[in-house]
Amino acid sequence: MSRPLLDIRDLTLGFKGWTGFTEVLHGISLNIQQGERVALVGESGSGKSVTARIVLGMLQSLRSARIGGTVEFDGRDLAQMSRTERQRLRGTRISMIFQDPTSSLNPVYRIGTQFHEVLKREVPNFSYQDAMGRAAEILREVSIVDAERILSSYPFQLSGGMNQRVMIAMALANEPDLLLADEPGTALDVTVQAQTLDLMRGLVEQHNTAVLFISHNLGVVREFADRVYVIYKGRIVEHGPTTALFDNPRHPYTRALMMAVPRLTGGGVPDISDDASAFSAPLVDHLAGESSA
Amino acid sequence: MKRTISILIANPLSLLGVVLVATVVLSALFADFIAPFPEHRGAVVDFANFNKAPEWPYIMGTDLVGRDIFSRILYAYRISLILGVVVLAIAVPIGVTVGLVAGYFGGWTEYVLMRITDIFLSIPPLVLAMSIMGVLEPTLANGMLAVTVMWWPWYTRLVYNITRSEREEGYVLAAEVIGASPLHVIFREILPNCVPAVVTKMTLDLGFVILIASSLSFLGLGVQPPTPDLGSMVADGAKYLPDSWWLTVFPGLAILVAVFGFNLIGDALRDILGADQ
Repeated sequence: MSRPLLDIRDLTLGFKGWTGFTEVLHGISLNIQQGERVALVGESGSGKSVTARIVLGMLQSLRSARIGGTVEFDGRDLAQMSRTERQRLRGTRISMIFQDPTSSLNPVYRIGTQFHEVLKREVPNFSYQDAMGRAAEILREVSIVDAERILSSYPFQLSGGMNQRVMIAMALANEPDLLLADEPGTALDVTVQAQTLDLMRGLVEQHNTAVLFISHNLGVVREFADRVYVIYKGRIVEHGPTTALFDNPRHPYTRALMMAVPRLTGGGVPDISDDASAFSAPLVDHLAGESSA
Repeated sequence: MKRTISILIANPLSLLGVVLVATVVLSALFADFIAPFPEHRGAVVDFANFNKAPEWPYIMGTDLVGRDIFSRILYAYRISLILGVVVLAIAVPIGVTVGLVAGYFGGWTEYVLMRITDIFLSIPPLVLAMSIMGVLEPTLANGMLAVTVMWWPWYTRLVYNITRSEREEGYVLAAEVIGASPLHVIFREILPNCVPAVVTKMTLDLGFVILIASSLSFLGLGVQPPTPDLGSMVADGAKYLPDSWWLTVFPGLAILVAVFGFNLIGDALRDILGADQ
């Protein structure tokens, strides 16, 4: 196995507050190869989003946060990098898509202006005219035909689905190596979500972008990811290739998580046992023994 | 712009505000041409015509040394407007910046900045301005300084609150994610979202600044004679009420027109800018 693009080893995170120290992540190990799509699945508060923020280097500057373990991007330890170096990575080599596309765009600027900002991250003296040309090109890739109209619109004039496409286009504009997708499209309705995910999937395949896909939507994860990590209360509880994990969930929590999805065919809201003691069972790794990355 | 104008005109009260403010601004700008006795702005004495009730050519009467009150009101407007604009031009950038910085960085920065702001807010505004003027010499420049010192904390509070809520918005996070510096996020991302509220408050405040400056000079702490000032004109005339009512009533009305006008426009702006969001 080649060197992973993103390699998280034994990551711990805690916050120091008024009432003492609260540990949020208890040692997470996770890796993503170049061009691979990896999903991180778990319930609210399980530590999915904070993991993404650490990768982006956004929690390191928080004074109350205590971070242990290592996060290596492309062979370099993020903790060893200076603030400016981390900042340079963001938006160029690592980029991110958020839950709610509409609030992720500043309401007071036109889409074109915001696109220009993004492109200037890579090429600081990108002229506005050239940027619009390039932006239109990228927007076509996410199936937006009337790019001119979109670029001269404000975010609140566009639909959620349009904004999501714009967000995807912006996130991929600088051809990043790693894309963090934090529950993309959760704020959108399912049909639009399916469309945009499909687009995103096509694009990352085409550009060979690695994706860390954070979600609680198992259906989407199954369609999108190559490999899945299941996270529960700050611990990875199960890990494996998507098919293996979905066909044969071995950890009690993963099973409960899959049971909890309401079926389209009816049968009512699934009963969920209040007894969570089994969920703390140790990590089940479907790939254990096959490789030691 | 077109929409703004049509909204302003559609609402009779906003239209009244526009008319009042236009009257005030134009009479201040063209005081030299409108005033029947431009020289009366200064230390002129005309005892032949002192303390006259309104009659042609003194449409608002004359004061105790025979100066035309109408002419003096026009020039007083000029001073009031300059004072209002200068005070806001200094107070707003300071207040807004402090609010943005406190709201964005949080933690100790916020704690220190906002507590300092609270100290200023906890002193009654006029008392604060009076104590500053008491220490300094009563001149126009010092008057501006005093009003500015008491004015900026209100903008800090306003902008701080907006910043706190905008800070959690997705686009701020998104900007940080693509590597925007704090300076960029504060001034390019968050500040534009504060502009509608700040502009509305500024328009409303222009009237109040004029009022508070008049209060200061009413107490003898503002602009000094012979420079005409609405507040000191009211103060001078108050001793001769009710017989020489024109000494007080016309300058008082002049203050009312200015403050009322700016308030109406401020309300209209709030509607217009609010609708955009």
